[in-house]
Order: sequence, then structure tokens, then C-alpha cells
Amino acid sequence: MTPDLLSHLFSIASAALVAIGLFMLVRSHYLLRALLGLTLMEAGVNLFLVSVGYREGAAPPIAIDGQLPAVMVDPIPQALILTAIVIGVGVLGLALALALRLHQSEGTLWLPRLRRRAQSACSKEDAA
Amino acid sequence: MTLLVLGAVAVMLIAALAALLLPDLLGALAAASVVSLALAVLFALLGAPDVALAEAVVGSGLSGVMFAMVLRRVGYQPADEEETGHDDAA
Amino acid sequence: MTMRRNLASLIFTVGLGLMLVSLMQGSHTAFPVEVGQNINAAGFADHGAANLVTSVVLGYRGLDTLGELTILFVAATAAGMVLGHCPGGSTPPVRGGFILATAAELLFPFLILLGAYIIIHGHLSPGGGFQGGAVIAAAYYVPLLAGSGRLFSEDTGSLIESLAGVGFIAIGLLALWGGGEFLAPLYSHNGAPGALLSAGTLPLLYLAVGLKVGSELASLLARLGGIGMEVDDDA
Repeated sequence: MTPDLLSHLFSIASAALVAIGLFMLVRSHYLLRALLGLTLMEAGVNLFLVSVGYREGAAPPIAIDGQLPAVMVDPIPQALILTAIVIGVGVLGLALALALRLHQSEGTLWLPRLRRRAQSACSKEDAA
Repeated sequence: MTLLVLGAVAVMLIAALAALLLPDLLGALAAASVVSLALAVLFALLGAPDVALAEAVVGSGLSGVMFAMVLRRVGYQPADEEETGHDDAA
Repeated sequence: MTMRRNLASLIFTVGLGLMLVSLMQGSHTAFPVEVGQNINAAGFADHGAANLVTSVVLGYRGLDTLGELTILFVAATAAGMVLGHCPGGSTPPVRGGFILATAAELLFPFLILLGAYIIIHGHLSPGGGFQGGAVIAAAYYVPLLAGSGRLFSEDTGSLIESLAGVGFIAIGLLALWGGGEFLAPLYSHNGAPGALLSAGTLPLLYLAVGLKVGSELASLLARLGGIGMEVDDDA
């Protein structure tokens, strides 16, 4: 397989992940499913950035017995994604905590129901 | 190598579609964990073992557990979807 | 109505995906910056860490890592604020069977050992503070999921977390005091490259990162799982 085809493959795969995640995020009726879409989008972005740093036939950027391999992949996107994954789980935890709190106060996580409730609250405020 | 990459990408995309299409949220959650697992394999093949380790632990382990715990506390009933899933035009 | 909106979203998403593919094509062909190549050439000699990703994360951009730890800290604290403080002490509501509980108990020390190994060898092999910290958090959580009652102590967790944060900043200040920049690596050339005691302060920084990430993720999991909190009635 040529490197060109491989890079095509990674672009298509990461774009597909981002698109699937976005579709889930926009079209879901349940808040937790929308958050699941967010994690899929994150996975797509991570795959894209790591694949940018990849070079054909390159070794991981780690010295073995004090000797660095001759051709290595770019370590910078890897360091970036390493922190991005951990930040992602922190943000996901916060979002889930907010969702849990919303469920405690509203009794539901169904977005249409929450939207209707917010609208009726708005119109009540307008009438007052 | 090439075959492994193709296989991992195929598993990842199929699992992502499953996460999108499965009606059961717990099943979708499991599918999203499979996406992370295939992604970890892909990272390892791309010469990024550090990132692969992080993705395997965090993506397919911790975040799935977080989701599942919140799901358990919230008490998700799939039957609700029929009830409210189609009246969002209101 | 829903059908049409679904179709519109689908068309929009597919269009966005195609646009992303065409945008991404350009990034694979050219090397936009030379930084990566320079780090590959000079990183090992600069910091003495066999794992160049560790060298980048802690040596070249330690300040970014500190910012990242701050984000994680703020997220965990905000989650705790939103969910309220749980006093702890009660057992989780769902109990696993005997086999599950015993296996979880048996797994706990091995997971801790694996996490510690991953953290301590972060400058030599794949792994490091982030991954090892996540493994340690998972180690605390497996027995909890099985319901065998080993509770993560929130007080100890926050104590370890604060000490680790203070340690990270103290190492950074030490570098500042020695005349370098904040968080600049120290003593990089003591010890043979590839030995466990090498790369100067980088392993210590990664140890602080690992303890901080581990305790933060464990407390986040405990809060989300509602361990020690009453189960809400509307569930």
C-alpha cells in the first residue's frame, strides 16, 4: 500500500468518525447519547492528529538500549493527543456530572421534554 | 501491517455506525468502547504506543465506566424513546 | 417532519465529512514545521529521556502540562461542586457475586503495581503519569464496581492530589531558583541514558503527574458513581 493511499484512509476514517459523532450530537433525543457522540468526535480528531505525525516505515520515538531508531515519527502530535485524551475524560466527567444534576432537578434527560419545559418557563416569564 | 491497519479501521467504523444506530443506549456505549479499543490498536500501529496506552485505559475503560455508572443512577428506560422520540417538532 | 429534518441533518453531515476529508488531505503531504524533526534529533541529548514523548510533554512544554493538570483539577472540582459533597462510609447499592468480588480484590494490588510501573518507567518506555494515573484510578474502581466495599477515601485522595500538585510546582520553582526557566529539566545528564535513574527531574515530574491524575480521576469516578451518597428516589 502506498503512503498516499494510507493517508487517504486515515483522513476518510477520521472524517467519518467526526461526522458520525456530529450526527449523534445534533440528532439525539437523549442527552447521554449526545455526549457519546461528543466522545466519538474526539476520537476522530485524535486519530487525525496522530496520523499527521506518521511517516511511512518510521519507528516510535523511543530509544532502545540508548540508541534512537534512524527514522522516527513526529513526537509532537503524540504529546498533544496524550494530554488531549486526559483532558477529554475530565471534560466528559464534568459533563456527566452536569447531566446527573439536571436529572436530579428536572427528572428527565430527554431533550424534547427539557426543551418544552424551558420554552414554557420562558413564556411564563414573558406573561408575568 | 497494512492488513492490520485496514482491519482496525474497518472495526472502528463499523463500531461507530453501531454506536449511532443501536437503539439501546447501553449497547451504543459498548460500541463506543469498541471504537476506542480499535483506535488504540491503530495508534500502536501508527508508532504512538504512549497514546495507544492512554486511549486503551481512558477511552475504552474509564469513560465507558463513567457513562455506565451515570446510566445506572439515571435509570434509563428504552421505552421512553417511543414516547417522546418523535414529537420534537412541537 | 422528523423525517425531513433527519434527512437534512444527514446531508449536512455527509457534506461536512467530505469537506473535512478534502481539507485533511493537505496535512498529510507536507511537513508544516520542522520542530518535530529537530526534537527527534536533539531531544535525547537534551533531556536524557529515552522516550521522546516524555521529553516533549515534560521537558519542552512542561508549562502546558501544568495547565493541563489545572484543567483536570478544575473539572474534577466542578464535578464535585455540582454533585455535592459525599460524606462516604456507606457501601454501594449494587453488590456483585462472590466470584466477582474476590477477583476484584485479587486484581487490586496487581493493578496498583502495573500503574506504578507505568508511571516510574515513563521516561524509558511507553507510558507515564497520565496512563499510569488512569490505571491506578481504575484499580481503585474495580473493587467498588464489584461491591466488595474497599472505599476510596476522599480525604486521602485530596491530600495526595494537593501534595502532588505542590511537588510539581516545587520542582518547577527549583529550576527557577537554579537560574533556569520555570519547569526547566534539571540534572539531565546524571545517570546512564536508559537507566531507571536517569533524565534528571523528568521522572519526578511524571510521578507527581501520575499521583495527581490518579487521585483526581478516582475521586471523579467515586462522585459520579454516587459512592457513599443516598440513591435518588426518582431513578
